[in-house]
Amino acid sequence: MAERSVIPFGPQHPVLPEPVHLDLVCEDETVVEAVPSIGFVHRGLEKLVEQKDFKQYVYIAERVCGICSFGHGMGYCQAVEHVMNIEVPPRANYLRTIWMEMSRVHSHLLWLGLLADALGFESLFMQSWRLREKILDQFDEMTGGRVIFSVNCIGGVLKDLSDEQLKTLLKVIDEIEAELKPILRTFLQDYTVASRLRGLGVLSPDDAIAQGAVGPMLRASGVSYDARMTGYAAYGDLEMEPIISKDGDSYARCEVRLKELLQSFDLIRQAVAKIPAGPIAVPVKGNPNGEYFNRIEQPRGEAFYYVKGNGTKFLDRFRLRTPTTSNIPPMVSMLKGCQLADVPLLILTIDPCISCTER
Amino acid sequence: MAKLAKSPWLLHYDGSSCNGCDIEVLACTTPVYDIERFGIYNTGDPFQADILLITGGINSQSESVVKQIYSQMPEPKVVVAVGICACTGGVFKECYNIKGGVDTVIPVDVYVPGCAARPQAIIDGVVQALEILQKKRDDFEQKKKAGA
Ligand code: SF4
Repeated sequence: MAERSVIPFGPQHPVLPEPVHLDLVCEDETVVEAVPSIGFVHRGLEKLVEQKDFKQYVYIAERVCGICSFGHGMGYCQAVEHVMNIEVPPRANYLRTIWMEMSRVHSHLLWLGLLADALGFESLFMQSWRLREKILDQFDEMTGGRVIFSVNCIGGVLKDLSDEQLKTLLKVIDEIEAELKPILRTFLQDYTVASRLRGLGVLSPDDAIAQGAVGPMLRASGVSYDARMTGYAAYGDLEMEPIISKDGDSYARCEVRLKELLQSFDLIRQAVAKIPAGPIAVPVKGNPNGEYFNRIEQPRGEAFYYVKGNGTKFLDRFRLRTPTTSNIPPMVSMLKGCQLADVPLLILTIDPCISCTER
Repeated sequence: MAKLAKSPWLLHYDGSSCNGCDIEVLACTTPVYDIERFGIYNTGDPFQADILLITGGINSQSESVVKQIYSQMPEPKVVVAVGICACTGGVFKECYNIKGGVDTVIPVDVYVPGCAARPQAIIDGVVQALEILQKKRDDFEQKKKAGA
């Protein structure tokens, strides 16, 4: 048996925008065990519910993570609205759906860029991020913020979109879709990309379920499950099918995310076509009393939001389970047996969001 | 802005940020904002960096990492705190695990406000850092001459 050596990976590492630390136990170039240690970005957000009232906390929930910021705000608001029996106006639900899908587009483009960067494919990285800027410009125009735009509130949303803005959005979506074509082709057909991704980190459907994979990870292993199918916000009125792929390797995960981009464009178009007129928020009276478990589909997978109110304006407990938390066990099992050079790529394919995980 | 005599290299580290500022720092290095066209290069290696961009406040676990990265960077060096979290602790100030801004552990030269800090503001912060870097470099040279 070859001698074992332990190679530390992170917390500061060129391919990781966020700090996570892994101890990689290696035999020559092969990883035999990976031991993750987290906590570098732990802030203790959940406990802040005791100091900020439930309306102020929306802004904290949006800062759980800067990438899926809108989704976290929405998940938290929906949970509180359920506890308080608030009926959100239909227009607000549609606006939430539109912003959620735009967030998914920006998050997936971001991930594609980081993947290309990890492959050493610099121009593809730049192209993906260039496209992403178009979505951010739209956010900027609609809400005044680029990544954290705080438009959620308990009972609805804070900003409305004019017909003009919706029309521009559709135009921008068309532009992005047209420009995405060559990028899509490169990711899916380029020999270099395929040779790095095919067969890397295979996760069988049974393992994926047993180890608790969620989101694109789960769907890439052929399991048809998407929390959006439960029909929260306006998803119940829109037509969609979960996007799945068979192989369960890194290539399949990339493919699923690329196709989800197209799906998001489609959902935005449907939502813009169907959006009803009306108010965008309802007034909120009283304080939450009771508990609720809410789940939504974030770009990285299914996220849970638990709130427990006690009748005062401060919640008793807020708990968040993020997709990356549940994707870490499958990642650790995928890392076993891989080559040392593939470690950064494998970590990236789960699309880790450390700041959500550690909160 | 003074003419650049050398190409300064950046290093980015996430203290305990929410990612909002991180992706804006990255956005500065990609098309549209692209600071690379001025010769400012984003490196991943502290030993080669001149300017340290830190996002997020300091918590008990990232403290030693930040100190270590800072000590690994060669003199002269400049630290830019990006985002209100890095400046003071921001919205997370009252969290039990947050010690405060970056200046609680290492000296900070430039503070960039915003939550999330906009790319324009980050670039402005880097430009200010360049002037400070030049000044530190001159002082460093002078000291060396005086010593020799
Ligand atoms: S300043 Fe705001 S956007 Fe930046 S890391 Fe802090 S909470 Fe996130």
